[in-house]
Amino acid sequence: MPYRVVHYLNQFFGQIGGEDKAGTRPFVKEGIVGPGLALQGALGQDAQVVATVICGDGYFNENMEVAKKEILSMIKSYSPDILIAGPAFNAGRYGVACGAICKEVKDELGIPVVTGMYPENPGVEIYKKDIYIAKTSDSAAGMRSAVPVMAKLALKLLKGESIASPDEEGYIERGIRKNVFKDELGAKRAVDMLIAKLNGREFKTEYPMPDFDRVTPNPPVKDMSKAKVALVTSGGIVPKGNPDKIESSSASKYGKYSIAGVEVLTPDKYETAHGGYDPVYANSDPNRVLPVDAMRELEKEGVIGKLHDYYYATVGNGTSVANAKKYAQTIAKELVADGVQAVILTST
Amino acid sequence: MVKEIERAGIPVVHVCTIVPISLTVGANRIVPAVAIPHPLGNPALSKEEEKSLRKSLALKALKALETPVDGQTVFE
Repeated sequence: MPYRVVHYLNQFFGQIGGEDKAGTRPFVKEGIVGPGLALQGALGQDAQVVATVICGDGYFNENMEVAKKEILSMIKSYSPDILIAGPAFNAGRYGVACGAICKEVKDELGIPVVTGMYPENPGVEIYKKDIYIAKTSDSAAGMRSAVPVMAKLALKLLKGESIASPDEEGYIERGIRKNVFKDELGAKRAVDMLIAKLNGREFKTEYPMPDFDRVTPNPPVKDMSKAKVALVTSGGIVPKGNPDKIESSSASKYGKYSIAGVEVLTPDKYETAHGGYDPVYANSDPNRVLPVDAMRELEKEGVIGKLHDYYYATVGNGTSVANAKKYAQTIAKELVADGVQAVILTST
Repeated sequence: MVKEIERAGIPVVHVCTIVPISLTVGANRIVPAVAIPHPLGNPALSKEEEKSLRKSLALKALKALETPVDGQTVFE
């Protein structure tokens, strides 16, 4: 009898539809769907994908606790030996969904789980310590190289074979330390590394330091009624026609737009350039993402001193951390120079 | 982006729907929003109700900016 595999997919890979179907509630399809075909091929005869659970990324992330329970009971009913989720590549909500479902199944059913993501996917930071996440490229173009890594990990876990280091197996480091025997003494290895470093040669640490990039919170605004407040969004609100041609995903730029004298964002003048959520609601009322109308009222009522004359926008959809960091540094510098004392940043 | 703005010395509040992502990213002041495609709105409400919902979220965000925090804080 082959091992029983349940596969988890989002609405897109589950072939239901795009962002307009992101609200799809979880359901099961018997057998293989979409990427399940490649997965089954890589698993071979030892394991069989018996069912595929599909759930919209929007529904999952907006109803996480309920969705987890619903999906868990669907998975459980197929008595699987393993759950394989994704791969999610650099899709943030999909990554969080894959990670959350895997952890839930591992904790509640006690079976192994495997997923796959691009290292910058927010799901990695949240779940990498709990589960095996195969390292994938940032887009579905990397499906062909991701699936064999996930399948190999899955088969090893099913057969109870030992899992080698993250580098050898191709999964993302989980922060697990393992005692191993080396041919050379620690002292010699340390000195070798030091010499390599001094000579500018590449060396590989045996204990990478965790990367804690946390920023201390700033003190609060003392008197909001005198403060200049700026709006920034990763939700892609741009003037109609998207004059700077901000990309709908993997944005390589941001825009700075004047809202001086603008009381309310109207659908004839503003829209969203974001390709990672259903644009219907933002396009019919852009204030739902960038609350200019509400801020104007609060300005008039004297709750805030002034709404800054410009807002900044980019599209946070598979955007690289390096890019986001770069834009935000430039934006922050300008905001400081313009005397802005507080920022509301909205994300979709 | 939140982190770089904070680093530049301006207090910033992140209004977003998926709080776990905001926590991972490193936002210090977080206000949970309504839904992914309409964080500060709700198409199921009337125009007036929706506007007052948006205003109350904006007020909550401003309150967060007026509140001293030691570390990551979610303003429910």
